[in-house]
Amino acid sequence: MTAAATPALRTQARYLAWRSVIRTMRTPIVIVPPLVFPLFLLAINASGLSAATNIPGFPTSSYLAFALAFPFMQGSIFATNTAGTNIAEDIGNGFFNRLALTPMSGPSLLAGQLTGVLLIGSLQAVAFLAAGLAAGATLQSGVLGAFVLFALSLSIAAAFGAVGLFAGLRTGSSEAVQGLFPLMFILLFLSSASLPRDLISSDWFRTVATINPVSYLIEGLRSLVIVGWDPEALGLAFGIAAAIFVVALGLATLALRDRMVRT
Amino acid sequence: MSRRRRYWSVLRTVAWRNLHSVIRAPALLLPPLAFPLFFYMAFAGGLSTVGGLPGFGYYNYDAFQFVFVLLQSAAFGGVFIGFSIGADFDSGFTRRLLLAARDRSAVIAGYGVAGLVRAVLVWVVVFGIALATGMQVGGNGIDLAGLVGLALVVNVAAFLFAAGVMTRLRTLQAAPAMQLPLFMILMTAPIYVPRNLLEGWISSVAKVNPFTAIIEAGRSLMAGDPFHILLAFAAAGGLAGLLTMFAWRGLRKAEAAG
Repeated sequence: MTAAATPALRTQARYLAWRSVIRTMRTPIVIVPPLVFPLFLLAINASGLSAATNIPGFPTSSYLAFALAFPFMQGSIFATNTAGTNIAEDIGNGFFNRLALTPMSGPSLLAGQLTGVLLIGSLQAVAFLAAGLAAGATLQSGVLGAFVLFALSLSIAAAFGAVGLFAGLRTGSSEAVQGLFPLMFILLFLSSASLPRDLISSDWFRTVATINPVSYLIEGLRSLVIVGWDPEALGLAFGIAAAIFVVALGLATLALRDRMVRT
Repeated sequence: MSRRRRYWSVLRTVAWRNLHSVIRAPALLLPPLAFPLFFYMAFAGGLSTVGGLPGFGYYNYDAFQFVFVLLQSAAFGGVFIGFSIGADFDSGFTRRLLLAARDRSAVIAGYGVAGLVRAVLVWVVVFGIALATGMQVGGNGIDLAGLVGLALVVNVAAFLFAAGVMTRLRTLQAAPAMQLPLFMILMTAPIYVPRNLLEGWISSVAKVNPFTAIIEAGRSLMAGDPFHILLAFAAAGGLAGLLTMFAWRGLRKAEAAG
């Protein structure tokens, strides 16, 4: 095929993105758990831990508002699984090999695969915020804050989706990608998700939460709900999400190149 | 060979096969071990400040969470054995076992015994780590034996539930049907704080959740101040009795399905 006949990068990405979206929409099991499970945990934690707001120095009187960042983060962790499993399945069922015979470029492939993840991320963001507001939480940063919350949530989903892409491309096994899920959950629970870092009395836990990047992602999301506009928290959250995205995408690109050679 | 000896022979063989697979692949023991440890670390470490709240009224937050983690691992230990039953159905092994055994309930009982042994192994490790990291035990030996007894009944009840589900659905893909109901029962009990500090809908749900009586009695035994022990054993034993019927009928359905 001549260079002139090769579709533009954007067109290639669009085809793969459309495939990713259709594939996601046709698989309810990929959409439903990332929506329902975080909402269930939010309902339990918001009610079960509401007494924590009585701890002196707790930053808000509503534990629901405090915990609202948790489902956003948990939903993003599901993105790792979705992206990684999808690409590992493509490798396993031979679609990837057939794609490698076409002039499809690597960046289009990665961008296309991430689109399905971002679609789920968007649905999650709308559902979580709507559920939170319906249950009585208020957004201290206002309407504009809701848009920033969506943007940060999608940035985090893209970052963890890129981690999933790397895992899927590197291992070519959906089982191996599934094995990442508990690890991601550990990162979530060993963070400042349940209490602010300065109120964690266990020294080792506070240290782990402080070096755990997930704490800063959650604190960025949470700041929009309970504080308003906190440039430091937002800067750290967006910066860490971008750093994870860049590093994971770079690794995924290298893994893709390696897999193309092996193919 | 008498009927009783045949029964024990089948039970022992199935239990040993399952335990042998764990010995050959210790990684199988990793999820049942890792999850309780992780929850203990995350809850006892991350939420220990909650233990100082006015009205909390329990002597040690680590011990408060340990009881939940112990009972949770007992319940999920039963469910993890359900995975083995499902996987054996998928590979056709369970069907061959059911064909070979004269009294087929011995096959299910064999899985149950394996589940119990695996759960006890997990508890030994979790208990050892909790003690090594500073958890204080308020109860004496009899109280702790009561706590372990309660956990054993919970393990059996959860196993019977998992066996009932798996003998009906006969595939590992049905795993969420075992996990989700159990997860919901466990999580709607007073996990983080005592019942008097619960607010909102979970306070109402916790009142009627049978696992609340079990976890509260377990915590009272750990503290050395037994409270509503008979109620807890009655709740766990009653559930186990009902679930025995559920598992038995599931086995009949599996037999009928061939």
